[in-house]
Amino acid sequence: MANSPTSRGRFGIHGGQYIPETLMNAVIELEEAYNHYKDDPAFNAELTELFNSYAGRPSLLYYAANMTADLGGAKVYLKREDLNHTGAHKINNVLGQALLAKKMGKTRLIAETGAGQHGVATATAAALMGMECVVYMGVEDMERQALNVYRMRLLGTEVRGVSAGTGTLKDAVSETFREWTNRIDDTHYCLGSVMGPHPFPTMVRDFQAVISREARAQILEAEGKLPDAVLACVGGGSNAIGSFYHFIGDEGVRLIGCEAAGRGIDTWETAATMSTGKLGIFHGMKSYFCQDEYGQIAPVYSISAGLDYPGVGPEHAMLHDSGRAEYVPVTDEEAVCAFEYLSRTEGVIPAIESAHAVAHAIKLAPTMSPDQVLIVTLSGRGDKDVAAIARYRGEDLHE
Amino acid sequence: MKTIADAFAASPNGKAFIPFITAGDPTIEVTERLVCAMADAGADLIELGVPFSDPTAEGPVIQDANIRALKNAVTTDDVFDMVGRLRAAGCTVPLVIMTYANVVFSYGIERFAAREREVGLAGVILPDVPHEEKAEFSEAFSAQGLDVVSLIAPTSHERIRQIAADAQGFVYIVSSLGVTGVRGEITTDIDSMVSLIRAANPQVPCAVGFGISTPEQAARMAAASDGAIVGSAIVRMIGEHGEDAVEPVAAYVREMAAAVHAL
Repeated sequence: MANSPTSRGRFGIHGGQYIPETLMNAVIELEEAYNHYKDDPAFNAELTELFNSYAGRPSLLYYAANMTADLGGAKVYLKREDLNHTGAHKINNVLGQALLAKKMGKTRLIAETGAGQHGVATATAAALMGMECVVYMGVEDMERQALNVYRMRLLGTEVRGVSAGTGTLKDAVSETFREWTNRIDDTHYCLGSVMGPHPFPTMVRDFQAVISREARAQILEAEGKLPDAVLACVGGGSNAIGSFYHFIGDEGVRLIGCEAAGRGIDTWETAATMSTGKLGIFHGMKSYFCQDEYGQIAPVYSISAGLDYPGVGPEHAMLHDSGRAEYVPVTDEEAVCAFEYLSRTEGVIPAIESAHAVAHAIKLAPTMSPDQVLIVTLSGRGDKDVAAIARYRGEDLHE
Repeated sequence: MKTIADAFAASPNGKAFIPFITAGDPTIEVTERLVCAMADAGADLIELGVPFSDPTAEGPVIQDANIRALKNAVTTDDVFDMVGRLRAAGCTVPLVIMTYANVVFSYGIERFAAREREVGLAGVILPDVPHEEKAEFSEAFSAQGLDVVSLIAPTSHERIRQIAADAQGFVYIVSSLGVTGVRGEITTDIDSMVSLIRAANPQVPCAVGFGISTPEQAARMAAASDGAIVGSAIVRMIGEHGEDAVEPVAAYVREMAAAVHAL
């Protein structure tokens, strides 16, 4: 069955705009505004200024000498999105969308959050730009990320708990869509990943592409050549697509997305969409989703709240279909070991999400030669995860 | 088998009362009895919800009904089988499925449409499939002589003409912003939406849903259009009464249908 010929925003067979009619004019208006501003020099100058003077860009491309020596293979570089203001790559997208929303005359931002990183970033941009902000967060995640909940409130944002369904990221996304249908005129839905209906997957990708734009120039400067592989963790997939984007045309560069396998892809407690999902339609897009034979969305699981999502962005689905990018599952245990490893080895505590990419680098680097180069995107810092990892290791530590 | 157009044509005054229930809430057996009872009580067309894990267009009342149905492990095939039993028992009320894109897509769009025709269903309403994505679904349904119902919202504005021109069965007018659920007041200018629809497509009937719960609201909305759709008010009764819901729901539908048919 072919996609409708009138459908917009396709990545191969994926993408589209599967949303209620109530929201259609809102996404059309957003698309028109984005198409206007994305090539507007004044808008881009303003955004670059925010990136550099507020978010702390460009982020470092750090040569992890200890890790490289310890693993005894490829040279490992870390793209340090964890050093951005608010501690993750999420700020790139949020500054772009908040600025665009402001240009569109919107005065209020709403957003979903899983780990709380996107919620904190949105709350931060709202505070900076004087906008009202409401963040929806699953009650399960509010428990797991209590500090981020308080952080958002400190920034002047209202955090609304979502108890529907599994009380995690997918339910927060559903609830934010519901709220958007209720209030559109003054409200922009600041979606946190490369998912949802067109134009979000394209727009969020463009705002995150700064990661690979910088990394490509930085590695050429440092090594005089392109990397052999770029690794990033994938939930919805925004830091991964941002890390991949400017390397897609460089055929020799392997692009590797690291999915959350939870307790393993042979168990039900997993969030590895590429490994265990199938083609479906949900949250505004056609892509791969963890689901049962009747299309009921699966209650996925990962130790990482930020990767605990049953779908993946449509551009990743296309890169998977074409084979241009590879997607590998990484278990909770492997991610926790990598979390501890990077802390000990480099003095860098990664977000548990990013630790999934580090875990795969630990496996991959020793299989490569010392004249080869890996870039691993550290999408965020791990302060938020310390208590949860301690509990995972059996310590009775609470925030 | 009766089509959606038949449902409006067969009504005493051309106005349709259209109740919605979630299939499998509280059980598929009770759903079967509810359909018969609502047909006997004067429902012209019934929307049967196939439960979905993440119904993004629904308010809390219908979300909860979806959860209850899925806890009972009700599947798409169970709903088709139940409709087959209803038809075999002589229940002829037109029935249309309301569900989400992934339920139909994962079943196979062509297979879903074929099975609908086989058991005697009239089409499908997919709140997460807007006009731009409709052809992916409507080709297979049209091939079976079934309708994919289009929705029009208070935010549709200039989109109304095109949506109405391509509409099949009936046009579902979403009365208000937001998700499904009972509302004290409907403030949208339904009259001007209806006149835009009729100008673009004089043949297709239109009915108003979202927020209607009283006979007065139903009569007012049916007077402004060709029918009134009621979901959350009925689903809430089913949530309260469980297996004993058939009698109170039938009484409610009788009152609502009478208000619509008295115009």
